Amino acid sequence: MMRDAPLPIIALLRNPGSAEKLSLSDWDLLVRQARRAGLLARLDVLLKNQGVAIPCQAANHFMSAQIYATQFAVSLHWEIRLIKQALNSVAVKPVFLKGCSYAIAKNRAALGRVFSDVDILVDREALAATEQALSAAGWMPAAELDDYDQKYYREWMHEIPPLQNYRRGTAVDVHHNILPLTSRHCPASKKLLEHSVEINGEWLLSDIDRVIHSAAHLFHEGEFDAGLRDLSDLDLLLKEFSIQPHFWRNLIQRANELKQTVPLYYALRYTRLILHTPVPDEVFAVEEARSCGKLKLKLMDALFLRGLMPDHESCNDRWTGLARWVLFVRSHWLKMPFYLLVVHLSRKAYKRVIGKDQH
Amino acid sequence: MPIRSSVAFVDDQAILSIDPFVVKLQSAIPAVQSSVSHLYQAHDFFDPKAEIFVDFHIRIDPVGGLRRFLRPQVQFKFDGKTPFKPLPYSQAFPFFEWGLNWCIANHHFRHLLLHAAVVEQNGQAIILPGQPGAGKSTLCAALVGRGWRLLSDEMAMIDLISTELIPIVRPVSLKNESIPIIKEFVPDVVMGESFHDTAKGTVSHMKPPVTSVQNATQRTKGAWVVFPQFRQETRLSVETISKAAAVLDLAKNAFNFNVLGASGFEALCDVVENCDCFRLEYSQLEEAVGYFANLAK
Repeated sequence: MMRDAPLPIIALLRNPGSAEKLSLSDWDLLVRQARRAGLLARLDVLLKNQGVAIPCQAANHFMSAQIYATQFAVSLHWEIRLIKQALNSVAVKPVFLKGCSYAIAKNRAALGRVFSDVDILVDREALAATEQALSAAGWMPAAELDDYDQKYYREWMHEIPPLQNYRRGTAVDVHHNILPLTSRHCPASKKLLEHSVEINGEWLLSDIDRVIHSAAHLFHEGEFDAGLRDLSDLDLLLKEFSIQPHFWRNLIQRANELKQTVPLYYALRYTRLILHTPVPDEVFAVEEARSCGKLKLKLMDALFLRGLMPDHESCNDRWTGLARWVLFVRSHWLKMPFYLLVVHLSRKAYKRVIGKDQH
Repeated sequence: MPIRSSVAFVDDQAILSIDPFVVKLQSAIPAVQSSVSHLYQAHDFFDPKAEIFVDFHIRIDPVGGLRRFLRPQVQFKFDGKTPFKPLPYSQAFPFFEWGLNWCIANHHFRHLLLHAAVVEQNGQAIILPGQPGAGKSTLCAALVGRGWRLLSDEMAMIDLISTELIPIVRPVSLKNESIPIIKEFVPDVVMGESFHDTAKGTVSHMKPPVTSVQNATQRTKGAWVVFPQFRQETRLSVETISKAAAVLDLAKNAFNFNVLGASGFEALCDVVENCDCFRLEYSQLEEAVGYFANLAK
């Protein structure tokens, strides 16, 4: 369970002003936790907004992360432009997802956010044309895949195999849905595309769908290297959008339509528990009443309250390793039905034994 | 200021002050402890229990498992993460040096970092960019042996606003034939242990002079950018190159040019603007060092 005194990084994400009380060793630990969680550049902005004075030794690291993030944002916008240009030729309008969409919409969740792949969503019908146009513009398959891997991606997953630009090394993940087709909770992607909006010249999921996608992604995830960063995204998105009229009602209704009530509940629960996100009590109560049983919730708390912490030795307790492993297994469990999972994992195990597994 | 420790390692931990960084090194490996204590003897060490901010938390640990009986290995850990494959046990100390270079180059974006040696005399610095095998470290060690102040043999750290060169004084890493050449050229040089069969051949480190370490907070300005080229049986020759060409060549030698964008480019142009730039071919260290002594007059 969570410790009585929160980790320095959690305390600061809740209330950046609390940094005034930190000792030099606390700053040392904070920088290490934030670096591991990919939150250095974001914290830099949050601390500056509060007018917190950062000791100069620690400030060097925040500043470096900020310089990196700023340059990343410049190249990201360039990359977005090139992708759009490539797809123009086949009249496909990509819907930019996740980090990319926050950057385009200038959401607070874009603050200091650095990531490796550009994710786009296109209509499944347009998949072949998209792939062809991107390949003509230099985005080739990132790795050579055998027939099984091709089948894995193309029949079961929600994306085609990752593409990588042969000159710049930048990666694009082309999605036709936000969750694997084999997942029990896979939404109808038409519904997402229908609600997409044009912001600053690009197509994005609607504000509410961006929150739901963020929740669906995080709470189907198996590896939580960026877990706390993603949770902080949700925190910032919820705070930013909740001033819109009827936001909470619309959010819950939309999660229902998209079969994402469970991830949304987890998103509200853990942003509230960990980051003290102001989710109104009545909203939370409605969601809680619909949630799984008390026992299962206790188990999920034990898993997520550990898994969502930075993967740093100072954040671990004796159960952290086990929790991360169970979360990894859970993500596969959610990805595909049992019989497929058995086939898939046996094959992976066999490949590992004969030394051909590259994943 | 935190308390200075009289010994390097306490409970297998050392906190080194390598201006402008503070590095915490944890290692129980005797060869690491002895090389660090020896080659960083002129540096400050802090009490590991002191209330202090550490820039890089590094561990050098033996790799466990059955393989350790057959082929013992060591692993470099940056705050618990392992960015590299393990190396043979005997290379534990050079692993620390290489790993620390990686830590700085990948996390420090406040300054422009060029892959170059820097030495200074009378407030004028030479920047020696390093293509592998060009002999930058050899030339750097020879100049330092003849009284030039060492700023760095591995990275030129440049302030983006003032374009001053910031020292980061560490042992000079010498390879293969350079090791006996420097021992002969600088008779009172203090060298560390030799490490054989590394990816770069045999490696040994020259202990930085005490005065260079003591002046490690004193910044300086670049006066010359010199691309050295060691070529056997050749007379010393100097060929001036245009400033534009020097900027492009230096950019290729930069660790973080792509991250800094425009500010890095501008700083680099400013540095080169104030430097004479040339290529220097040499085979005799004496001749090359004499040439620089003349320049600095």
